[in-house]
Order: sequence, then C-alpha cells, then structure tokens
Amino acid sequence: MNVAVEMDAVRHGELLSASEAGPASKRIIAGFGFWIFLLSDIVMFSALFASYAVLAKATAGGMTGVQLFDQRNVAIETALLLLSSYACGMMSLAINSRRYFATFLGAAVTFLLGAAFLALELREFQGMIALGATPQRSAFLSAFFTLVGSHGLHVTVGLAWLVLMMVQLSLRGFQDVVVRRLHCFSLFWHALDIIWVLIFTIVYLMGVLP
Amino acid sequence: MTEMRWDVAPGDRPTIPASEQGASSGFLVYTIGLLLAVILTVTSFWVANTSVIWAPGVPAGLAVLAIAQMGVHLVFFLHITTGPDSSNNVLALAFGVLIVFLVLAGSLVIMANLNENMMAHSELMNLQMQH
Repeated sequence: MNVAVEMDAVRHGELLSASEAGPASKRIIAGFGFWIFLLSDIVMFSALFASYAVLAKATAGGMTGVQLFDQRNVAIETALLLLSSYACGMMSLAINSRRYFATFLGAAVTFLLGAAFLALELREFQGMIALGATPQRSAFLSAFFTLVGSHGLHVTVGLAWLVLMMVQLSLRGFQDVVVRRLHCFSLFWHALDIIWVLIFTIVYLMGVLP
Repeated sequence: MTEMRWDVAPGDRPTIPASEQGASSGFLVYTIGLLLAVILTVTSFWVANTSVIWAPGVPAGLAVLAIAQMGVHLVFFLHITTGPDSSNNVLALAFGVLIVFLVLAGSLVIMANLNENMMAHSELMNLQMQH
C-alpha cells in the first residue's frame, strides 16, 4: 500500500528522471544529432588545417602567401560571412515567432551575403590561377586550395540548402519538420563562420607575417 | 516545472522563465555577438599589420584572438552555454575539441620531428659526398 502511494507520488511529481520522462522531443534529437555531425565536420577540417600547417612552407620555388594574399579582399570576405551569420540568426528569431515575411527577408539577406562571399573567393582563386599559382604548382598551394576550397564547397552546399528550405517553407509553411531543418541549417551556417575565423587567422593573417 | 528534464537542442537558447524573456532579448544576444565578433576581427587584422607589437608575439596574439572569437560565436550564435540544460552539447563539443587538438598537435609534432631527422640525414649525406 505504502509502495503504491510512493510510486504514485513519483509519477505525478515534478522531479521525473530522464528515463521516466520518455523520449526527448524530435527537435532536441535532430539538433543534437546535427551537432554531432558538425563536430565531425570540424574534425575533418582539423586534418586539413594540420596538413596546411605542415606544408605551408613547401612552396617549391613558386609563389608564397605573402605574394598571393590580398588582405583587403580577405577583410571584405570576413565581413560578408559574419553579416551573413548574423542575418541567419535574425532568420532563426523570425522562425521561432513564426513570421513569414521576416523569415524570407532574413533568408534572402543570408543568401545574398553568402553568395557575395563565394563570388569574392572564386575571383581570388581565378586571380591566383591566372598568376600560375595553381593547386599542382606546390604542396603549399595544394594544401591551400584543399582547405579554403572545402570551406567554399560547404558554403555552396549551404546556399543550395537554404534555397531548398525556402521552397519547402513556401509550399508547406511552418510545419515541425520544416522548422527542424531550418534549425539545422542555421547551426550549419554558424559553424561555417567559426571555421572561417580559423582560416583567415591561420592562412591569411599568419601567412603574411614577415 | 521545477526541474529541467531535457537538455535544449544546440542552437536553442536556454529555457528562461517567460517573465524574464523580453521579445527583443534574442535580437540583443545576436547583436552583442556581432559587435564582439567585429571588435575581435578588427583587432586581429590590426595585430597582423601593426609594428607596435613585438613581432615574435604576433602569432600567439592572433591565436588568442581567434580562440576568443570562436568562443563568442559558440556562445552568442550557437547558444552553447554552461547551463545545466546544455551539458550534452558541451560534452560533445569537448570531445570534438579533444580530437581536433590530437589531430593538430599530433600531426605538427610528428612532422616537425620527421623534418628534423630527415634534415640530419641529408646533412650527413652531404658530408659523405664532400669527403
């Protein structure tokens, strides 16, 4: 009798343990799973960073970072990506309060700033290749194009993902599944900005130090 | 609700009582993050280009600024906090950071060591050739 009363008290009490409360909501599970993916992606980037750091001096008589990197360009790229990340945050707020127009506006600004970043980066690559600094010229350039190119590829995938999400949002509205995917997108976009912080510090700023 | 049953999803802000959560608080968090990130970025570019700072200390300064900016991004944009409802996310992050550290430090130490040994070997070869 006493045991039954106690069990009842536990069931209706507010101090349920995690195992008694049942499975977590899908938003938490999806978000956490995507967080694990992002961390594994960052681990992959750490391998690219390590190979760049090892090969940075192996220019094989070709052009060096001091000759190739344009700090003005990098500063503009950094500003574009940071503002894009901020716009993505504004979009998340609009999604949380279920405002259609603000969400589309935030997504458009995020997309345009991201696309401008990508255009600047491609122009930089084009200029380097025109100078004969192609990926096959030296180990330094191979590592550079692999590292910065992978980040650019991630940005490209992110832009395509954002367009798809806007199509889904306009067709299906703020359904739970759409909101979850948009949430994962914003995590992805912020993580890309974190990786860019490392790239502009290690590659572009430390690369041009005397 | 006296106890948090679940960790929040990464990217969600910690659960705050509705009374304390103003409509503009989310906006404020992102804006503070943006301002801090801008200050740190501008400082990074200044440190790399100035001659005021002792040159051998510049790489260390840049590294500190980059780590600080990553922290700002994690806290203000990804909302990874030290709160009790964020412990799973923080643990996963800590494990990721551990692996990143092992990959980076391991590669750099091993390759530097290898370079040193190869260098000694080639010098030895040169000595042999000269004689």
